[in-house]
Amino acid sequence: MTKPIPNLNGDEIQPALERVDHVLIAEMVEPGSRVLDVGCGDGALLQLLSDTKAVDGRGVELERDRVNACVKRGLSVIQGDADRDLDDYPDQAFDYAILSLTIQATRQPKVVLQNLMRIGRRAIVSFPNFGHWSVRASLLLNGRMPQSRNLPDNWYSTPNAHLCTIKDFDSLCNIVDATVEEAVAFNSSGKRLPIRKSLSLQNLFGEQAVFRLRANDATIT
Amino acid sequence: MLKANGCMTETSSKDDAINGGGNAREATGRQHTAASEGVGEQDLPNDEANNPSSLVVHFGADQPLALDCQQSLAPFSIAYQTYGNLNAEKSNAVLICHALTGDQHVANPHPVTGKPGWWKTIVGPGKAIDTDRFFVICPNILGGCMGSTGPATINPTTGKPYGLDFPVITIGDMVRAQARLIDHLGIDQLFTVVGGSMGGMQVLQWAAAYPERVFSAIPIATGAWHSSQNIAFHEVGRQAVMADPSWCAGNYQAENKKPRNGLAVARMAAHITYLSEDALQLKFGRNLQNRPDRTFSFDADFQVESYLRHQGSTFVDRFDANSYLYVTRAMDYFDLEIDYDNVLANAFRGTTTRFCIVSFTSDWLFPTRESREIVQALNAVAANVSFVEIESNKGHDSFLLEEPEFFETIAGFINAGAKRRGLPIPD
Repeated sequence: MTKPIPNLNGDEIQPALERVDHVLIAEMVEPGSRVLDVGCGDGALLQLLSDTKAVDGRGVELERDRVNACVKRGLSVIQGDADRDLDDYPDQAFDYAILSLTIQATRQPKVVLQNLMRIGRRAIVSFPNFGHWSVRASLLLNGRMPQSRNLPDNWYSTPNAHLCTIKDFDSLCNIVDATVEEAVAFNSSGKRLPIRKSLSLQNLFGEQAVFRLRANDATIT
Repeated sequence: MLKANGCMTETSSKDDAINGGGNAREATGRQHTAASEGVGEQDLPNDEANNPSSLVVHFGADQPLALDCQQSLAPFSIAYQTYGNLNAEKSNAVLICHALTGDQHVANPHPVTGKPGWWKTIVGPGKAIDTDRFFVICPNILGGCMGSTGPATINPTTGKPYGLDFPVITIGDMVRAQARLIDHLGIDQLFTVVGGSMGGMQVLQWAAAYPERVFSAIPIATGAWHSSQNIAFHEVGRQAVMADPSWCAGNYQAENKKPRNGLAVARMAAHITYLSEDALQLKFGRNLQNRPDRTFSFDADFQVESYLRHQGSTFVDRFDANSYLYVTRAMDYFDLEIDYDNVLANAFRGTTTRFCIVSFTSDWLFPTRESREIVQALNAVAANVSFVEIESNKGHDSFLLEEPEFFETIAGFINAGAKRRGLPIPD
């Protein structure tokens, strides 16, 4: 159960139950900022950010039905592909470029991440952690590709082409010359892990993670 | 003349949407009057061209319109319709730009054909473009034949219709003329400018030329330039008109003639481009028209032939052939980026307009990739843009037809804008 968070009028907004990462992402976003949500799905995060942080939000979504649903609810969303369409955006056009539970489904995660840091002054990325102990145990004990609430699909039908662990993602951040400003590992109910220091322990016990990044060569205000 | 049979009813009503009318089988009183005065068969559109059944604003000889062809036009008139009421702040105005053969009669019966307004599907009380909340304006385009100045208008210096003396106009000219109408109405900023096809070109032109006057823009089933294939189809249409001996080198009104056959063929060819292969196959297949077997003749044996002949012959009752030449030419000349160093994004640099781009899956006249080019240009300047592709098998004309997904999308976009603009939104 995700915790309700207050909107601008003080009313409580209930984030999407299955998207515990949204609350943590929302905590990382400054009010009134410009946000691009890449892979915005049905627009739940954009709506949350709009309601609670009054952001100027835009979205990109691959699936036509979800795009239309977003526009119907008044969100500025285009049908597009993270792997193909991010090149169009100018440098530093947004305060935050967000990729929530999407990077593992892209064809070229590294290129997408680089684009994200180019377009946004900061990038926020959430992803399912393939290093979680249950995933490791499942593979070790059953010898089959792990399936869980976090990773529900069969290996042959999953859209997740590039699953990674928290350690893997951390190392990609180094490769693309990004500073990790904040990294939060959390369990399936959205609770932050008490361990903050040890990447190995976060990698073992975090079911998902959210990273806030900025490019090392970018001028940050 | 072939009548629409049962299986064509829906298609005929589709034609209503396309044309803002079309089937003039039931002649209006006006038609009889004109004929009895012996003015000739061509006077129907001419009558509306010079004496329109709508509001008209006249700009005098001292208020010329500068045209892209370096000429200026004066005097000139813009005929228009309005629906709903302008609020005290003048912030709730919606400008509808009509397509090639549309007109200002968006949501009222057509004065020539008596058919329902061409966009009644989406414009009206409680509809996506809600006339209870918005002040809707639709002008007849410059170069049209329903009351705005065009080739069928009487040239005040000669006392005869302009004909081919009318200057060749562009989408930019049409929009410049519309801006004069909006000035006349005392409106600084339009809440939305919306239109499909050639209407969408005008929307893009508005957003590029007058960004501060366009709060939001909805270009539908359109492109930022007219493609080679589309120019090619238009050329077929124009050649059909000009090959008709009754065209008389554009002077048919003086000759008391009308290039009916040429214009009808032009319409038939164009009409195919508004549909889709799927839609034609589903609706007509190889069905025969009211006959048990082939007649081994060149009669309209097939339903699809009958349908096209019907489309052609009804079109000529309400449209001026020279106007068709000018307006198709304006579309051909449209290429938004040529005025912006051949970089489309430059047309939108610094814009604060909210955009909603809409395309349809089966539209091969303005396919989705052309909408995507507009989206790319808008992304390149980080503009506020929504872009939806609506699944439909009805081709280019989908935007005029019953498409609930399309309506809901437009309504969602408009209401989000209304909220930001401080305008009422439905409960």
